[in-house]
Amino acid sequence: MQTAVRTSLPETELASRVNFAPHARIVREVQTSGLPLSIRGLRKSFGSNEVLRGIDLHIPAGQFVAIVGKSGCGKSTLLRLIAGLDKIDAGSISFGQDTQPKDIQPEDIRVMFQEPRLLPWARVLGNVEVGLGRDRTSADAHARAEKALAEVGLADKRDQWPSVLSGGQKQRVALGRALVSSPRVLAFDEPLGALDALTRISMQRLLERVWRDQGFTAILVTHDVAEAVALADRVLVIEEGASLMMSWFTRAGRASAARPSLRVWKARS
Amino acid sequence: MSVIDSVSLPRSLRLPRIDGLIQWIVPLAIIAIWQVASVTGFVPTRVLPAPSDVLMAGWKLLLSGELVRNIWVSFWRASIGFLIGGSIGFAFGLANGLSQLSAKLTDTTLQMVRNVPHLALIPLVILWFGIDESAKLFLVALGVFFPIYLNTLHGIRTVDPQLIEMGRIYGMTDGELFRRVIFPGALPSIFVGIRFALGIMWLTLIVAETIAASSGLGYMAMQAREFMLIDVVVLSILIYALLGKLADSASRVLERLTLSWHPAFQKR
Repeated sequence: MQTAVRTSLPETELASRVNFAPHARIVREVQTSGLPLSIRGLRKSFGSNEVLRGIDLHIPAGQFVAIVGKSGCGKSTLLRLIAGLDKIDAGSISFGQDTQPKDIQPEDIRVMFQEPRLLPWARVLGNVEVGLGRDRTSADAHARAEKALAEVGLADKRDQWPSVLSGGQKQRVALGRALVSSPRVLAFDEPLGALDALTRISMQRLLERVWRDQGFTAILVTHDVAEAVALADRVLVIEEGASLMMSWFTRAGRASAARPSLRVWKARS
Repeated sequence: MSVIDSVSLPRSLRLPRIDGLIQWIVPLAIIAIWQVASVTGFVPTRVLPAPSDVLMAGWKLLLSGELVRNIWVSFWRASIGFLIGGSIGFAFGLANGLSQLSAKLTDTTLQMVRNVPHLALIPLVILWFGIDESAKLFLVALGVFFPIYLNTLHGIRTVDPQLIEMGRIYGMTDGELFRRVIFPGALPSIFVGIRFALGIMWLTLIVAETIAASSGLGYMAMQAREFMLIDVVVLSILIYALLGKLADSASRVLERLTLSWHPAFQKR
């Protein structure tokens, strides 16, 4: 599956995505609300299978990082550890500057999954309100949820049941739910994996726009290399859990990778 | 087990105003044919009295107040028994669905008890309670317990774990998680249990009243048999059918109100 995806994309198309991205990319200079993130010697095993073998990684505040790799390489595990969904075996993940580790609130970190995971028995607006966490009983909960819903372009669907929405719309509600608490780190686990190609493109634009607007630190796990290149400031490749090979793509489309698998793109750029 | 037991017709075939009446065509036709068959003597009234005779018998009993009293007694027994058995079943279903310890502790025992037909306990129940009210309530509660217990348990166990994880990520407390995710998720299955239980409720009550009672619909039918009042016997049977239908409709209305989010219950 993994390799199939990689080879099925013509190299010229990859190159064109890197070089001639339609929207000229600008390195972000705006003040970011995102949190920086440091990972040191992170290890995680499931039974005797060691999935992550000592990962070191620093993500600056407000950066959009994509993590790619084959199925089972541990990229989703890494994301779940960052989001605090699973327990760390060894090593550490810290948010904020090294000198002053931040006390993070649960609302600061949000995850979006491949499945929308909406409550079928709550209206669209109610589903977005779930994202407010402990603030969901506050007086402005409605207003905030409506704002987030407008942000993802579904203001007119607020009173619908999730079951009548299309796959793309459901995923947008899920995005609204993740955004409503103004998170400072947003982790995406294959968020567009189940969408058709056209919906995926418009969702990519939406993701990029909200990231620009809100300035959170974004971590995207995907198996789609083209998507990673299209969205991220920086693409990380995880291979066999141990090594993290890195490649840098600035928003201007410069690539400075040095791994064979990435050299293809570099050669074209 | 599915909540959807009838596929709704496509819009073009639906006639909204007549929709509610369509379901009564067959029962009314049966009664009409039956009336004709009785009047023409095709069916001897000794075997089956004409619907008009049954109606007359009903009218007489209604005037004497006997009918209303017996229906009320049966209805009361059914509801109280249902409430008792249903609540206990629901409570056990919740406990065993939410707690592994509770499930380990009680589930095996409950499964063993479940496999004893509860009507087989009638002799024992008569010895314990006589032909008192408590005997009937006990039997109804016991019969109703299991479908509600099993379906509540099943409903809770099959709530999408991804939704539960989502709820936890978004900081729901255990109480909120139950109220907003687990309970609504289990509700369709609980309703299946309720509808099964309603069927068992009538069955149990009627058997109990026929065997050991001094009032109620079942008793009325048995008394009528003693005096060869076949029209009253048939009347009781018809009332059972109506009451059963009523209970089922009530649960459907409740379903529609609480499961309006479910695609199967949405107006098209």
